[in-house]
Amino acid sequence: MAQGEPMQVKLKIRRFNPETDKKRWWGHYQAEVEPTDRVLDALHYVKWHVDGTLAFRRSCAHGICGSDAMLINGRNQLACKVLIKEVGRKITVEPLLGLPVIKDLVVDMEPFFEQYRAVKPYLVNDDPPPATERRQSIEERERFDDTTKCILCAACTTSCPSFWARSDYLGPAAIVQAHRFIFDSRDQASQERLQILAESNGVWRCRNIYNCTEACPREIQVTQAVAEVKREMMRRRV
Amino acid sequence: MVHKYDAIIIGAGGTGLMAALYASRGVRVAVLTKMYPTRSHTGTAQGGIGAALGNHEEDRPEWHTFDTIKGSDYLADQDAARIMCYEAVDVVYELEHMGLPFNRTEEGKIAQRPFGGHTNNETRQPVRRACYAADRTGHMILQTLYQQCIKQHVTFFNEFQVLDLIVEDGLARGVVALEITTGELHVFHAKAVLFATGGWGKVWQITSNAHSLTGDGPAVALRRGIPLEDMEFFQFHPTGIYKMGILITEGVRGEGGVLINNEGERFMERYAPTIKDLASRDITSRAIYLEVREGRGIDGKDYVYLDVRPETANKYFDLDGKRNPDGTPRRITAADIRAKLPDIADFTRTYLGIDPVTQPMPVQPTAHYAMGGIPTDIHGRVVMDEENTVLSGFYAAGETACVSVHGANRLGTNSLVDILVFGRRSGIDMMRYCQEADFTPLPDEPEAFAREQVESLRARPEGGERVADIRSQMQRVMMDHVAVFREQPGIQEALDVLSDLQERYQRISIDDKGSQYNTDLLEAWELGALLDIAQVTAAAALNRTESRGAHSREDCPKRDDAEWLKHSLAYRAAGRIELRYKPVTIVDYPPKERVY
Repeated sequence: MAQGEPMQVKLKIRRFNPETDKKRWWGHYQAEVEPTDRVLDALHYVKWHVDGTLAFRRSCAHGICGSDAMLINGRNQLACKVLIKEVGRKITVEPLLGLPVIKDLVVDMEPFFEQYRAVKPYLVNDDPPPATERRQSIEERERFDDTTKCILCAACTTSCPSFWARSDYLGPAAIVQAHRFIFDSRDQASQERLQILAESNGVWRCRNIYNCTEACPREIQVTQAVAEVKREMMRRRV
Repeated sequence: MVHKYDAIIIGAGGTGLMAALYASRGVRVAVLTKMYPTRSHTGTAQGGIGAALGNHEEDRPEWHTFDTIKGSDYLADQDAARIMCYEAVDVVYELEHMGLPFNRTEEGKIAQRPFGGHTNNETRQPVRRACYAADRTGHMILQTLYQQCIKQHVTFFNEFQVLDLIVEDGLARGVVALEITTGELHVFHAKAVLFATGGWGKVWQITSNAHSLTGDGPAVALRRGIPLEDMEFFQFHPTGIYKMGILITEGVRGEGGVLINNEGERFMERYAPTIKDLASRDITSRAIYLEVREGRGIDGKDYVYLDVRPETANKYFDLDGKRNPDGTPRRITAADIRAKLPDIADFTRTYLGIDPVTQPMPVQPTAHYAMGGIPTDIHGRVVMDEENTVLSGFYAAGETACVSVHGANRLGTNSLVDILVFGRRSGIDMMRYCQEADFTPLPDEPEAFAREQVESLRARPEGGERVADIRSQMQRVMMDHVAVFREQPGIQEALDVLSDLQERYQRISIDDKGSQYNTDLLEAWELGALLDIAQVTAAAALNRTESRGAHSREDCPKRDDAEWLKHSLAYRAAGRIELRYKPVTIVDYPPKERVY
C-alpha cells in the first residue's frame, strides 16, 4: 500500500436497526480511502456517500474522547486510532461485546457508566483545603499517572471474558478508575473503595487474561493496575 | 414530554460542568449533552491552563491581564480580561482541591511551563504560567469536573440534541431537545438556560475540532433573534498535524520546540525577534503561511517542521541564552519529551509514523478556536444589543460565548481559564436568578419550531442533495477565503458560494427516515447550523476593513483603531445579516502597536 494512493477497501459491518430488523445482519460496502486514513474515515465514507442510515458514535477523531470504540477485525479499538494500512483491505466492524446494541455500532453505555460510578470515582478529602494547592511530591504524583489516562471508552471492559460471562462484574475500566484514587496521596476514601472492589463482583473476578491491556487505546497497563489493587487489598487485609 | 428544572445547562464540557457544580448547590439543575459528558472537546486541550501562580519564577495576575489584552490586539474588554486573569489563580487551586493531578515541582507545587504570548512584563521574556498535567490538561479537567458532578449527584440527560431555545417577551423559558436514542422531542421548562455548547471549527476543512463542533448553540440563538459578537475572529492554531489538523500543543514550543522551514531556518526570529516561537498564535500562523507562499514550505508543500528533537531544542536554548532559575543552561532530554509530551508522541506515532524525539513533525495552521460567540456580560448573562440589554434567564459561557476576554486573538491556555472562570460565574448567577425568579408559562406548542425543523428534513423527497457534499464545499470555500488571510474579492466569493449552498440545503435528502439514533438526520440539522455560522463569519469579515488579531485582511493590512476599535454584532433577519457595532471597554491599557 503506497502512501497517499487512493485505494478500495471492503467493509463488512454488523447492522441492526431496532425499528425494522428482527435480527442483526452483515452489510457489505466498498470505500475509497488512503492507507494513512483512519478506519473512522472509511466508516464516514460509507455513511456520507453510500448509506446514511449507518449509525456509529464519534467525536474528536484522534483518540481522546473515547466515543468510537468498536470491534475491528476482531479486536476492540478506537476507529479513529487505527489506520487502514494496519488493518488491510478487508475490514470487519462490529459493536462492542457485552453491552446492549441500540443501533448498528451504537451500544448502550449506561451499564458501563453505572459500574464506573459504583467505585466512587472522585477525590474524597474532608480536610479544609489550604489557601493554595495541596502539596504532592513528583513521586506521589507518578504513582497513579498511568491510570489518569483513562478515557472511559469501554474497550477494556468489553474485551474481558469475565465481563462477558457475568455482566455484573465491575470490569477493568472501573477498577482502573478506582486505582487512580486509591493511589493518590491526597485521597481519604481508599479503604471504602477497596471494600467495594472486594465484593463478589469486584477485582477477584479478574483472571489475568490481559485482553484489557491489549485493548486499551491509551496503553494503560490495565492488568497491572488491577493486580496492584489486589495487592493493596491483601496488604490492608480488606 | 415536558420536564421542569430551575436551570438547564446545554453542553457538558468544562463550562457546563463547572456551572452545574455551582448552580446545583442551590437550585434544581439538569445538564443536557448531545454526547456523553466525558466526550466533550474540553478533553482534547493539551498544554495547560494559565494562572499567575508564580511557582517557578515571579509572575503576577496583572501581567497575565496585560498579555491577554495585548494578545487580543486590544479588542478584549479589559474589565472582563482582568476578572478572568485574577480569578484564574483561584480556579486552578480549586481544580487541585477537586483532585486534578497536575504535574508537580520539586517542592510539590503545581508545575508550570511557558506558552505563547505569556510574558514577564518587565523582561518581556516568556514566563512559566501554564499549569499542566502532562499534555492532557483538558482531559484531566474534564474528568475531574465530571467526577465532582457524580459526587454531587448532578442530573444529566446524555445524548439529547438541543434544537430550539424557548424565548418569549424578552424571557428565556427553556429549550426543546431531541432524545437521540428514541427520536422523541422533549421540552425542558426552566427559569434559566445556559448555552455551553463550544465552538464551530467544522466550518473549515482543516481543523483541530471534533466532528461534534458545529455551532449548535449560536445557530439556535441566532434563529431566535439573538446577535453573535465578533464572529470574524476565528483562531488558526499554527501547529496542526499536516493534512489532518490534529492539534500539536504550543507546549511543544514551550518545552523548546522550534519551527523550521525548508532551508533549515528557524524563521520565527524574523517575525517575533523577542519571543520568537512563542509569539501569539495569529502571528505564528501568518508566518507559516508567508513562508509557504514564498516557497519555503517543506518539499515546496504547504507545511513546515515543528522540531523538538533534543539536539535542536538545546542548540536554540544556547543561542537564546536560556537558563534555568539556578543559572545552569536550560536543557531538554529525550526522556523529558516522553514524560512531558506523551500524547503528542502517541499522535505523531499513530498518524504519521514519526517519533518526535528523533524526527521533526510536519505541521500547518488548523482552524482551532472561536473568539466570537453569543454576547454576554461578566456574569454570563446574554446581552442583546449595543446597550448590553440583558435577555433575562439566558446565559452563555465558554467558547460559545463572547464576553469578550479574547478579543481578536486568544492566548494559549486562556480557553481553559475562560471556561472555568465564566462557567463558575454563570453557575453562581443562575443560582441567584433562579432563587429570585418564578417560572413563566410556556408558549402554546413550545416544540413547534423544533418539530418543523426535523420533520422537514425527514420529509424531503429521495435523490436530492447530499449533506456531505454541501458540507465539504462549505469547508473548502471557508478554508480558501475566510481563513488565515482574507481579502474582499475572496470573502465575497465565499458569501456567494454560501448563499448557493444555503439554497441547495433546502433540497437535501437523507437516507434514514427512522426515529431511533438517527445520526443522518442530526448531521443534516448540524449542517444547517454550520451554514448559518459560516455566513455570519464571512459577512462580519467582509465588513471589517482592517487587520486585527486573527482577522488579517491583505487589502487592509493595518489595524485601524480610529474606525474599528469596536465589537461587531451580527443579527440575522429573513436570511440576511445585519451588522451593528458596540464599543470596547478600555480600562488600564490604551491600544499600542503589538510587537513580540
